Amino acid sequence: MEYLNLILAILFQLAQLLLVVLLAPLLTGWVNQCQAWLQNRSGPGVLQPYRVLRKLFLKDAVIAHNASPLFRVTPYIVFGCMWLAAAIIPIIAVDLPFSQAADVIALVGVFAVARVFLALAAMDIGTAFGSLGARREMLVSFLAEPALLMVFFTASMISHSTQLPRIVDALAHHQFMLYPSLAFAALAFVIVLLAENARIPVDNPSTHLELTMIHEAMILEYSARHLALIEWASSLKLFAYISIGIALFLPQGIIEAGNWAGMPLAIALLLLKLLAAGAGLAVFEAISAKLRIFRAPEFLGTAFLLAVLGLLIHFLLGA
Amino acid sequence: MDAVGILPLDVVGWLVQFWVALGVGGLALQRTPRLINRVIFPLSALTSLLLALTGLWALAAAPNVMVLPLGLPDLPFHLRLDPLSAFFLILLGGASMGVSLYSAGYFKAMAGGTLGLVCLEYHLFLVGMALVLLADDAYMFMVAWETMALSSYFLVTTDHNIPDIRKAGYLYLLIAHVGAIAILLSFGVMQGGNGIAAYTFDAMRAAHLSSFWSSVAFLLALFGFGAKAGVVPLHVWLPEAHPAAPSPVSALMSGVMLKTAIYGILRVTFDLLGTQLWWWGVLALALGLITAVFGVMFAAVQGDMKRLLAYSSIENIGLLLVGIGLTIIFHVYGKNALAALSLTATLYHSLNHAFFKSLLFIGTGSILHATGERNMGRLGGLIHHMPWAAVLMLVGVLAIAGLPPLNGFVSEWLLLQAFLLSPGLPNSYINMLVPVAAAVIALAAALAAYVMVKFYGVIFLGQPREKALEHAHDADLWERSGMIWLALACVALGLAPVFVVQQIDLVSHALIGSGLGNAATNWVFLAPVDTERASYSPLYFLLAVLGVMLLTTVLVRRLYHGRLRRSAAWDCGFPAQTARMQDTAEGFGQPIRRIFEPFFKIEREVPSPFDTHPRYHGQTEDRLWYILYLPIKLLTEKLSSLASLLQHGRIHLYLAYTFVTLVVLLVFV
Repeated sequence: MEYLNLILAILFQLAQLLLVVLLAPLLTGWVNQCQAWLQNRSGPGVLQPYRVLRKLFLKDAVIAHNASPLFRVTPYIVFGCMWLAAAIIPIIAVDLPFSQAADVIALVGVFAVARVFLALAAMDIGTAFGSLGARREMLVSFLAEPALLMVFFTASMISHSTQLPRIVDALAHHQFMLYPSLAFAALAFVIVLLAENARIPVDNPSTHLELTMIHEAMILEYSARHLALIEWASSLKLFAYISIGIALFLPQGIIEAGNWAGMPLAIALLLLKLLAAGAGLAVFEAISAKLRIFRAPEFLGTAFLLAVLGLLIHFLLGA
Repeated sequence: MDAVGILPLDVVGWLVQFWVALGVGGLALQRTPRLINRVIFPLSALTSLLLALTGLWALAAAPNVMVLPLGLPDLPFHLRLDPLSAFFLILLGGASMGVSLYSAGYFKAMAGGTLGLVCLEYHLFLVGMALVLLADDAYMFMVAWETMALSSYFLVTTDHNIPDIRKAGYLYLLIAHVGAIAILLSFGVMQGGNGIAAYTFDAMRAAHLSSFWSSVAFLLALFGFGAKAGVVPLHVWLPEAHPAAPSPVSALMSGVMLKTAIYGILRVTFDLLGTQLWWWGVLALALGLITAVFGVMFAAVQGDMKRLLAYSSIENIGLLLVGIGLTIIFHVYGKNALAALSLTATLYHSLNHAFFKSLLFIGTGSILHATGERNMGRLGGLIHHMPWAAVLMLVGVLAIAGLPPLNGFVSEWLLLQAFLLSPGLPNSYINMLVPVAAAVIALAAALAAYVMVKFYGVIFLGQPREKALEHAHDADLWERSGMIWLALACVALGLAPVFVVQQIDLVSHALIGSGLGNAATNWVFLAPVDTERASYSPLYFLLAVLGVMLLTTVLVRRLYHGRLRRSAAWDCGFPAQTARMQDTAEGFGQPIRRIFEPFFKIEREVPSPFDTHPRYHGQTEDRLWYILYLPIKLLTEKLSSLASLLQHGRIHLYLAYTFVTLVVLLVFV
């Protein structure tokens, strides 16, 4: 029975690995489609990201004369990191053997690895836009990363663990109560999600207006398969962040260890949550305006303060 | 080995003597600099390696003691090798092995006479650090401490014909001695006025001080060792002295010498002083947090690569102090497992910092030799001309930025775990402080990544900012091998945390009476408390990322194609772009300068639009220098000018002083 469960868990881990990488562009497509509807456009359909990826993979890669090997490996590193990150967040079941190897602090570390490599690659060609993007990305992240860590800390304090499956277990299955500290953490997390995924109001994923872009400025020199991997990684990142949000703040419905029979219901619930989160993101973007770059640190500072406040409240109230 | 009667301390003694011999040999061989480079430095590296291995052996052995027939009449030199000393000997040996190998290549252009002296001072510096770790009485400790300070002063001022370097050396010497006086006073307090024999550490361990006097001793020690470590506000010498010294010396100073101060704080707090008070921990924690954020903030705005690294060392010392503060707090409140966890994090980070900071400093040495430039604003694109240095320094940069699966992440992970486990302290104020402290640590760590992206990106990536950089040559074989050693150590420390933690446990047991253990039953998972609570496996992590990357590469190539074309950079279609349009170090640091503006003293000269020869000049300085140090300097000058009123150089006046003094004394007696 023990062994069977372990084998099932490993199989499930592999299945989730496959699932997230295939589904992530769909989520991006859904968010874009919702935005199109909100803007009274008919939109390209939710499958558009796949078509874009296919087109990019088929093209010849063009890179600058002075691109170093670092520039060429970075897309693979970024893609690998994001894929792994998305695969170890419990969204259907808590049986994820690999999440033992990387707890929430390591998860923040994985995001950091991808970000640092992307920023370095952006500086590699030596264009003005590349270093501008790298600088801004690091600016946004040095405030977003500690805020994310504080959000995780609040959840860890409640569940006495930094393992995501244990956190989800504690929040979804063992203690049914409302945590005021988690409410603050959730607010902070939404801000971090917007900032880290280059969404409005911090950045705009569909902009190519040179002076306002952050993420797009970093990947300006990439084309074809490299660009495809980076775009795919961005989808995975959005998927990972929304998964974290689901795992921490809406864990109800994620099945317990060994309860494989509950799988269909769990998957249905997950799809609902993803649809709602994607639509919510689109609505939020539709009703807010982009901030000037130097207002972004204030915005993120708010997230950081909220997260610390959540942690303090947990200490004060014990909840 | 014990059967033959050889103790680890004997071996360490021989190795230290061999270092002295190598130093003297270097001085004797100054007419044949080739021999110094090819024989003395490699032998020295071998000695370092043996020292590290002996340290590893001594960790598990019982403490050895030795009394040398040298020193003062009533106070001969006492030596002791216990697990704490052994751990720091491993650090010294491991880091200096890489630096000495590197030195064999680095000093090749130096003239024979200077090289002989440098060789002597370099080895005396190593010997001084080793003896600081071995000393078991205050006199021996101070002698070793001064040997270390003076030899490093002479090393810093190697290029003494440059006025700025003389000035930096003077500042270093001054602060080192202010610190040394505080350490001496601290020993004085701890021996409690019981005669000269009470200056042995054993007597200090046995002495029972009142809480007032032990607090005085702790504060003096914190001040004294803090001056050596670069704790704010005693940090000013660090960004001056580190860039002034030759790169291998900067590496040793930053990587190893700063750790001797951490060793000193640990030795005094947990070994010599029997009991601790909770507010010591809070003080250390607060000072550590300030130092960490201050260091990393200033590192972000530096333009000189070695100054940047020096400020980053200040940050790391801050993190170490935070770890020490947490350890004190937990230890006082009897949370021994937690105390062991934060002590492990502290020691682990000391070891990590020794390796990656040495690696980065010697890397800057290679860049300096290849380009003659320390200013990052004139570098760029070196990855194409110095591939070896670029790859090896990338390891160091990723490690210091705290990215998994390298070593910097492990110690950061352990420290954050210590914070996460802290609730439940009986003092509610401290309980409130802990999450805020954790937030500040997280902020400092994230800023460190910013700094390192800037450091690496501006130096190695992009286009060369000067024509001369086209001729930059890579590090030579010796330099490369030193860097490879240190980079491998960073990787190994990152991938095998369980082994390292097991070794550190021996130190924790000796120092605070409890160890971390490892809850996971296998060596792959690091789990400080239990696997349910938290675990991390860098090896699986690395394998998974590599596996996923490999799979992606194969799939992409298989399903599609590997075609690639080279062309001019796109840059939004902007055709006329030059290397000058890239971010300089200043430009990259601009957001930080803007966000933390009140903390900097900024001087800027911005040209008007009508200037025919526009010049931009910007300088970011440390406010503390103006708030704290200049007033002290002015006060000292004023006092000395007041004292000089007494001096007239006329003999009858001096005779009158003597007479008056005599009369006054007679009146009193």
